[in-house]
Amino acid sequence: MLEYIALILICQLCGELLVTASGVGIPGPVIGMLLLFVFLLIKGAVPEGLEKVSSTLLDNLSLMFVPAGVGIMAHFELLGANAWPLMIAVFSSTVLTIVVTALIMQSASRNASSASSAMED
Amino acid sequence: MNDILELWVYLSASPLLHLTLTLVVFVLASRLYRQLQLHPLLNPVLLSVTTLVAILYFTGTKYDTYFEGAQFVHFLLGPATVALAIPLYKQFDKVKKSALAIGLSLLCGSVTSVVVAVFISWLLGANTVSVISIAPKSVTAPVAMGISQQLGGLPSLTAVIVIVTGIVGATVGPLILNLLKVNDWSARGLAIGTASHGIGTARALQVNQVAGAFSGLAMGLNALATAILLPLMWNIVANYL
Repeated sequence: MLEYIALILICQLCGELLVTASGVGIPGPVIGMLLLFVFLLIKGAVPEGLEKVSSTLLDNLSLMFVPAGVGIMAHFELLGANAWPLMIAVFSSTVLTIVVTALIMQSASRNASSASSAMED
Repeated sequence: MNDILELWVYLSASPLLHLTLTLVVFVLASRLYRQLQLHPLLNPVLLSVTTLVAILYFTGTKYDTYFEGAQFVHFLLGPATVALAIPLYKQFDKVKKSALAIGLSLLCGSVTSVVVAVFISWLLGANTVSVISIAPKSVTAPVAMGISQQLGGLPSLTAVIVIVTGIVGATVGPLILNLLKVNDWSARGLAIGTASHGIGTARALQVNQVAGAFSGLAMGLNALATAILLPLMWNIVANYL
Protein backbone atom coordinates (compact mmCIF):
# COMPACT_ATOMS: atom_id res chain seq x y z
CA MET A 1 0.00 0.00 0.00
CA LEU A 2 2.81 2.36 0.92
CA GLU A 3 4.42 1.99 -2.50
CA TYR A 4 1.18 3.14 -4.13
CA ILE A 5 0.93 6.21 -1.91
CA ALA A 6 4.48 6.94 -3.06
CA LEU A 7 3.48 6.34 -6.70
CA ILE A 8 0.63 8.87 -6.47
CA LEU A 9 2.91 11.45 -4.85
CA ILE A 10 5.61 10.82 -7.47
CA CYS A 11 3.04 11.42 -10.25
CA GLN A 12 1.99 14.67 -8.60
CA LEU A 13 5.60 15.74 -8.07
CA CYS A 14 6.49 15.01 -11.71
CA GLY A 15 3.37 16.95 -12.72
CA GLU A 16 4.48 19.95 -10.68
CA LEU A 17 8.01 19.74 -12.11
CA LEU A 18 6.72 19.55 -15.70
CA VAL A 19 4.41 22.53 -15.12
CA THR A 20 7.17 24.64 -13.59
CA ALA A 21 9.66 23.69 -16.30
CA SER A 22 7.29 24.33 -19.22
CA GLY A 23 5.34 27.26 -17.77
CA VAL A 24 1.94 25.98 -18.98
CA GLY A 25 -1.02 27.16 -16.93
CA ILE A 26 -2.27 23.70 -15.96
CA PRO A 27 -1.92 22.60 -12.33
CA GLY A 28 0.54 19.85 -11.39
CA PRO A 29 -2.05 17.39 -10.01
CA VAL A 30 -3.97 17.36 -13.34
CA ILE A 31 -0.73 16.47 -15.18
CA GLY A 32 -0.08 13.94 -12.40
CA MET A 33 -3.48 12.37 -13.13
CA LEU A 34 -2.52 12.01 -16.81
CA LEU A 35 0.83 10.44 -15.83
CA LEU A 36 -0.88 7.90 -13.58
CA PHE A 37 -3.38 7.21 -16.35
CA VAL A 38 -0.55 6.48 -18.81
CA PHE A 39 1.03 4.21 -16.17
CA LEU A 40 -2.24 2.25 -15.93
CA LEU A 41 -2.51 1.99 -19.73
CA ILE A 42 0.98 0.52 -19.88
CA LYS A 43 0.35 -1.78 -16.93
CA GLY A 44 -3.01 -2.93 -18.29
CA ALA A 45 -4.73 -3.34 -14.90
CA VAL A 46 -5.23 -1.51 -11.60
CA PRO A 47 -3.06 -3.08 -8.86
CA GLU A 48 -5.03 -3.97 -5.72
CA GLY A 49 -3.03 -1.69 -3.43
CA LEU A 50 -3.50 1.29 -5.74
CA GLU A 51 -7.23 0.59 -5.84
CA LYS A 52 -7.29 0.69 -2.04
CA VAL A 53 -5.37 3.97 -1.76
CA SER A 54 -7.37 5.69 -4.47
CA SER A 55 -10.77 4.65 -3.13
CA THR A 56 -9.77 5.85 0.34
CA LEU A 57 -8.86 9.23 -1.14
CA LEU A 58 -11.84 9.54 -3.49
CA ASP A 59 -14.41 8.34 -0.94
CA ASN A 60 -13.42 11.37 1.13
CA LEU A 61 -12.95 13.89 -1.66
CA SER A 62 -15.69 16.20 -0.33
CA LEU A 63 -13.87 16.67 2.97
CA MET A 64 -10.82 18.09 1.20
CA PHE A 65 -12.74 21.13 -0.09
CA VAL A 66 -13.82 22.22 3.38
CA PRO A 67 -10.65 24.18 4.39
CA ALA A 68 -10.73 26.24 1.16
CA GLY A 69 -14.47 26.76 1.54
CA VAL A 70 -14.06 28.18 5.03
CA GLY A 71 -11.83 30.78 3.34
CA ILE A 72 -15.01 32.65 2.44
CA MET A 73 -14.82 34.21 5.93
CA ALA A 74 -11.67 36.07 4.89
CA HIS A 75 -13.62 37.70 2.02
CA PHE A 76 -16.80 38.97 3.64
CA GLU A 77 -15.64 42.59 3.40
CA LEU A 78 -14.31 42.33 -0.13
CA LEU A 79 -17.54 40.69 -1.26
CA GLY A 80 -19.59 43.56 0.15
CA ALA A 81 -21.84 45.08 -2.52
CA ASN A 82 -20.66 42.52 -5.08
CA ALA A 83 -21.99 39.56 -3.11
CA TRP A 84 -25.49 39.48 -4.64
CA PRO A 85 -24.51 40.00 -8.30
CA LEU A 86 -21.85 37.30 -7.89
CA MET A 87 -24.23 34.90 -6.16
CA ILE A 88 -26.89 35.29 -8.85
CA ALA A 89 -24.27 34.97 -11.61
CA VAL A 90 -22.77 31.83 -10.03
CA PHE A 91 -26.17 30.22 -9.64
CA SER A 92 -27.52 30.94 -13.12
CA SER A 93 -24.24 30.17 -14.88
CA THR A 94 -23.86 26.84 -13.05
CA VAL A 95 -27.44 25.78 -13.76
CA LEU A 96 -27.20 26.72 -17.47
CA THR A 97 -23.84 24.95 -17.83
CA ILE A 98 -25.35 21.74 -16.46
CA VAL A 99 -28.39 22.04 -18.77
CA VAL A 100 -26.31 22.75 -21.91
CA THR A 101 -23.69 20.05 -21.24
CA ALA A 102 -26.17 17.34 -20.26
CA LEU A 103 -28.58 17.92 -23.15
CA ILE A 104 -25.87 18.04 -25.83
CA MET A 105 -24.12 14.98 -24.39
CA GLN A 106 -27.36 13.03 -24.15
CA SER A 107 -28.52 13.79 -27.69
CA ALA A 108 -25.04 13.39 -29.19
CA SER A 109 -24.46 9.98 -27.58
CA ARG A 110 -28.01 8.90 -28.46
CA ASN A 111 -27.35 9.72 -32.11
CA ALA A 112 -24.02 7.92 -31.95
CA SER A 113 -25.54 4.78 -30.41
CA SER A 114 -28.48 4.72 -32.82
CA ALA A 115 -26.04 5.13 -35.72
CA SER A 116 -23.90 2.26 -34.50
CA SER A 117 -26.93 0.01 -33.89
CA ALA A 118 -28.20 0.87 -37.36
CA MET A 119 -24.89 -0.30 -38.75
CA GLU A 120 -25.18 -3.56 -36.86
CA ASP A 121 -28.62 -4.26 -38.33
CA MET B 1 -11.20 29.49 35.09
CA ASN B 2 -7.64 30.62 34.44
CA ASP B 3 -6.60 27.05 33.77
CA ILE B 4 -9.27 26.63 31.15
CA LEU B 5 -8.19 29.87 29.52
CA GLU B 6 -4.57 28.71 29.48
CA LEU B 7 -5.59 25.39 27.98
CA TRP B 8 -7.60 27.20 25.29
CA VAL B 9 -4.69 29.48 24.46
CA TYR B 10 -2.41 26.44 24.20
CA LEU B 11 -4.81 24.36 22.11
CA SER B 12 -5.91 27.12 19.75
CA ALA B 13 -2.29 27.75 18.84
CA SER B 14 -1.67 24.13 17.83
CA PRO B 15 -2.76 22.65 14.50
CA LEU B 16 -4.35 19.71 16.34
CA LEU B 17 -7.43 21.63 17.45
CA HIS B 18 -8.56 22.89 14.05
CA LEU B 19 -7.65 19.67 12.26
CA THR B 20 -9.79 17.74 14.74
CA LEU B 21 -12.57 20.31 14.51
CA THR B 22 -12.64 20.03 10.69
CA LEU B 23 -12.89 16.24 10.82
CA VAL B 24 -15.51 16.13 13.59
CA VAL B 25 -17.76 18.71 11.91
CA PHE B 26 -17.47 16.91 8.58
CA VAL B 27 -18.19 13.48 10.10
CA LEU B 28 -21.33 14.84 11.81
CA ALA B 29 -22.46 16.61 8.63
CA SER B 30 -21.96 13.44 6.56
CA ARG B 31 -23.89 11.40 9.11
CA LEU B 32 -26.82 13.83 8.96
CA TYR B 33 -26.63 13.76 5.16
CA ARG B 34 -26.80 9.96 5.08
CA GLN B 35 -29.56 9.80 7.66
CA LEU B 36 -31.68 12.07 5.51
CA GLN B 37 -31.19 9.80 2.46
CA LEU B 38 -28.50 11.91 0.74
CA HIS B 39 -30.82 14.89 0.28
CA PRO B 40 -28.83 17.10 -2.15
CA LEU B 41 -29.64 20.30 -0.26
CA LEU B 42 -27.85 18.96 2.83
CA ASN B 43 -24.52 18.71 1.00
CA PRO B 44 -21.87 17.90 3.64
CA VAL B 45 -19.42 20.48 2.25
CA LEU B 46 -22.03 23.24 2.52
CA LEU B 47 -23.08 22.13 5.99
CA SER B 48 -19.48 21.83 7.26
CA VAL B 49 -18.35 25.17 5.82
CA THR B 50 -21.27 27.12 7.33
CA THR B 51 -20.85 25.38 10.71
CA LEU B 52 -17.09 25.98 10.79
CA VAL B 53 -17.42 29.63 9.73
CA ALA B 54 -19.95 30.13 12.55
CA ILE B 55 -17.68 28.43 15.12
CA LEU B 56 -14.61 30.43 14.05
CA TYR B 57 -16.62 33.65 14.04
CA PHE B 58 -17.96 33.16 17.56
CA THR B 59 -14.58 32.10 18.98
CA GLY B 60 -12.89 35.03 17.25
CA THR B 61 -10.48 32.77 15.39
CA LYS B 62 -8.67 34.08 12.30
CA TYR B 63 -8.76 32.05 9.08
CA ASP B 64 -4.94 31.80 9.02
CA THR B 65 -4.96 30.19 12.47
CA TYR B 66 -7.65 27.74 11.37
CA PHE B 67 -5.79 26.91 8.16
CA GLU B 68 -2.63 25.94 10.05
CA GLY B 69 -4.55 22.89 11.23
CA ALA B 70 -6.81 22.39 8.21
CA GLN B 71 -3.94 22.52 5.70
CA PHE B 72 -3.26 18.81 6.26
CA VAL B 73 -6.71 18.03 4.85
CA HIS B 74 -6.29 20.65 2.13
CA PHE B 75 -3.02 19.03 1.04
CA LEU B 76 -4.81 15.78 0.15
CA LEU B 77 -6.62 17.52 -2.73
CA GLY B 78 -3.53 17.08 -4.93
CA PRO B 79 -3.09 13.31 -4.42
CA ALA B 80 -6.88 12.84 -4.73
CA THR B 81 -6.85 14.61 -8.11
CA VAL B 82 -4.07 12.27 -9.26
CA ALA B 83 -6.13 9.29 -8.03
CA LEU B 84 -8.97 10.26 -10.41
CA ALA B 85 -6.89 8.43 -13.04
CA ILE B 86 -8.21 5.12 -11.63
CA PRO B 87 -11.97 5.59 -12.27
CA LEU B 88 -11.05 7.18 -15.60
CA TYR B 89 -8.98 4.14 -16.57
CA LYS B 90 -11.78 1.76 -15.56
CA GLN B 91 -14.28 3.61 -17.76
CA PHE B 92 -11.86 4.26 -20.61
CA ASP B 93 -13.73 2.02 -23.10
CA LYS B 94 -16.93 4.02 -22.57
CA VAL B 95 -15.03 7.30 -22.85
CA LYS B 96 -13.35 6.27 -26.13
CA LYS B 97 -16.71 5.34 -27.65
CA SER B 98 -18.22 8.76 -27.06
CA ALA B 99 -15.11 10.90 -27.50
CA LEU B 100 -16.75 13.21 -30.05
CA ALA B 101 -19.91 13.73 -27.97
CA ILE B 102 -17.76 14.43 -24.90
CA GLY B 103 -15.63 17.01 -26.74
CA LEU B 104 -18.63 18.83 -28.18
CA SER B 105 -20.74 18.99 -25.02
CA LEU B 106 -17.76 19.89 -22.87
CA LEU B 107 -16.75 22.78 -25.10
CA CYS B 108 -20.31 24.17 -25.19
CA GLY B 109 -20.63 23.79 -21.42
CA SER B 110 -17.28 25.44 -20.79
CA VAL B 111 -18.14 28.48 -22.93
CA THR B 112 -21.65 28.74 -21.41
CA SER B 113 -20.19 28.80 -17.92
CA VAL B 114 -17.80 31.68 -18.63
CA VAL B 115 -20.12 33.78 -20.82
CA VAL B 116 -23.17 33.58 -18.55
CA ALA B 117 -21.16 34.22 -15.37
CA VAL B 118 -19.34 37.24 -16.81
CA PHE B 119 -22.42 38.70 -18.51
CA ILE B 120 -24.79 38.43 -15.54
CA SER B 121 -22.32 39.69 -12.93
CA TRP B 122 -21.45 42.63 -15.22
CA LEU B 123 -25.15 43.32 -15.91
CA LEU B 124 -25.92 43.37 -12.17
CA GLY B 125 -23.17 45.90 -11.55
CA ALA B 126 -20.33 43.87 -10.02
CA ASN B 127 -16.98 45.69 -10.22
CA THR B 128 -14.37 44.74 -12.84
CA VAL B 129 -12.16 42.79 -10.45
CA SER B 130 -15.13 40.67 -9.38
CA VAL B 131 -16.22 40.08 -12.98
CA ILE B 132 -12.73 38.84 -13.89
CA SER B 133 -12.56 36.72 -10.73
CA ILE B 134 -15.84 34.96 -11.52
CA ALA B 135 -14.94 34.08 -15.14
CA PRO B 136 -13.13 30.75 -14.43
CA LYS B 137 -15.70 29.75 -11.76
CA SER B 138 -16.38 26.21 -13.02
CA VAL B 139 -12.71 25.22 -13.16
CA THR B 140 -10.99 23.30 -10.38
CA ALA B 141 -9.60 25.72 -7.76
CA PRO B 142 -5.83 25.67 -8.49
CA VAL B 143 -6.31 26.26 -12.25
CA ALA B 144 -9.06 28.84 -11.73
CA MET B 145 -6.79 30.83 -9.41
CA GLY B 146 -4.01 30.79 -11.99
CA ILE B 147 -6.32 32.03 -14.77
CA SER B 148 -7.79 34.73 -12.53
CA GLN B 149 -4.33 36.05 -11.67
CA GLN B 150 -3.28 36.04 -15.32
CA LEU B 151 -6.29 38.20 -16.30
CA GLY B 152 -6.02 40.63 -13.38
CA GLY B 153 -8.60 39.16 -10.99
CA LEU B 154 -8.22 38.24 -7.33
CA PRO B 155 -7.12 34.59 -6.98
CA SER B 156 -8.39 34.28 -3.39
CA LEU B 157 -11.83 35.62 -4.36
CA THR B 158 -11.84 33.19 -7.30
CA ALA B 159 -11.11 30.31 -4.89
CA VAL B 160 -14.19 31.16 -2.84
CA ILE B 161 -16.39 31.57 -5.95
CA VAL B 162 -15.13 28.20 -7.23
CA ILE B 163 -16.09 26.46 -3.98
CA VAL B 164 -19.55 28.07 -3.99
CA THR B 165 -19.99 27.02 -7.64
CA GLY B 166 -19.06 23.45 -6.69
CA ILE B 167 -21.57 23.39 -3.86
CA VAL B 168 -24.33 24.85 -6.08
CA GLY B 169 -23.61 22.31 -8.83
CA ALA B 170 -23.48 19.36 -6.42
CA THR B 171 -26.68 20.35 -4.62
CA VAL B 172 -28.88 21.71 -7.44
CA GLY B 173 -27.34 19.71 -10.32
CA PRO B 174 -29.00 16.33 -9.62
CA LEU B 175 -32.39 18.04 -9.20
CA ILE B 176 -32.07 19.79 -12.59
CA LEU B 177 -30.93 16.61 -14.30
CA ASN B 178 -33.94 14.76 -12.89
CA LEU B 179 -36.19 17.58 -14.09
CA LEU B 180 -34.69 17.36 -17.59
CA LYS B 181 -35.06 13.56 -17.47
CA VAL B 182 -31.37 13.01 -18.26
CA ASN B 183 -30.98 9.39 -17.13
CA ASP B 184 -27.75 8.53 -18.87
CA TRP B 185 -25.03 8.31 -16.20
CA SER B 186 -22.29 9.45 -18.55
CA ALA B 187 -24.24 12.62 -19.51
CA ARG B 188 -25.08 13.32 -15.86
CA GLY B 189 -21.46 12.91 -14.79
CA LEU B 190 -20.11 15.01 -17.64
CA ALA B 191 -22.52 17.87 -16.90
CA ILE B 192 -21.81 17.88 -13.16
CA GLY B 193 -18.03 17.70 -13.69
CA THR B 194 -18.00 20.47 -16.31
CA ALA B 195 -20.08 22.83 -14.16
CA SER B 196 -18.84 22.01 -10.68
CA HIS B 197 -15.35 20.41 -10.85
CA GLY B 198 -14.18 18.32 -7.88
CA ILE B 199 -17.06 19.03 -5.50
CA GLY B 200 -19.52 17.82 -8.13
CA THR B 201 -17.23 14.86 -8.88
CA ALA B 202 -17.14 13.90 -5.20
CA ARG B 203 -20.92 13.71 -5.20
CA ALA B 204 -21.07 11.89 -8.56
CA LEU B 205 -18.62 9.24 -7.27
CA GLN B 206 -20.91 8.55 -4.32
CA VAL B 207 -23.90 7.95 -6.58
CA ASN B 208 -22.52 6.03 -9.55
CA GLN B 209 -19.12 4.77 -10.80
CA VAL B 210 -19.75 5.76 -14.44
CA ALA B 211 -20.99 9.22 -13.44
CA GLY B 212 -17.93 9.65 -11.21
CA ALA B 213 -15.49 8.73 -13.97
CA PHE B 214 -17.12 11.05 -16.52
CA SER B 215 -17.30 13.83 -13.98
CA GLY B 216 -13.60 13.49 -13.16
CA LEU B 217 -12.79 13.47 -16.87
CA ALA B 218 -14.94 16.57 -17.47
CA MET B 219 -13.21 18.35 -14.59
CA GLY B 220 -9.77 17.74 -16.10
CA LEU B 221 -10.82 18.61 -19.66
CA ASN B 222 -12.66 21.75 -18.61
CA ALA B 223 -9.59 22.94 -16.71
CA LEU B 224 -7.60 22.46 -19.91
CA ALA B 225 -10.22 24.08 -22.19
CA THR B 226 -10.79 27.12 -19.97
CA ALA B 227 -7.08 27.68 -19.36
CA ILE B 228 -6.57 27.90 -23.14
CA LEU B 229 -9.84 29.56 -24.30
CA LEU B 230 -10.58 32.11 -21.57
CA PRO B 231 -7.44 34.28 -22.02
CA LEU B 232 -8.09 34.24 -25.82
CA MET B 233 -11.74 35.25 -25.41
CA TRP B 234 -10.72 37.90 -22.89
CA ASN B 235 -8.24 39.48 -25.33
CA ILE B 236 -10.92 39.68 -28.04
CA VAL B 237 -13.43 41.29 -25.66
CA ALA B 238 -10.80 43.70 -24.30
CA ASN B 239 -9.98 44.85 -27.84
CA TYR B 240 -13.58 45.93 -28.39
CA LEU B 241 -13.92 47.81 -25.07
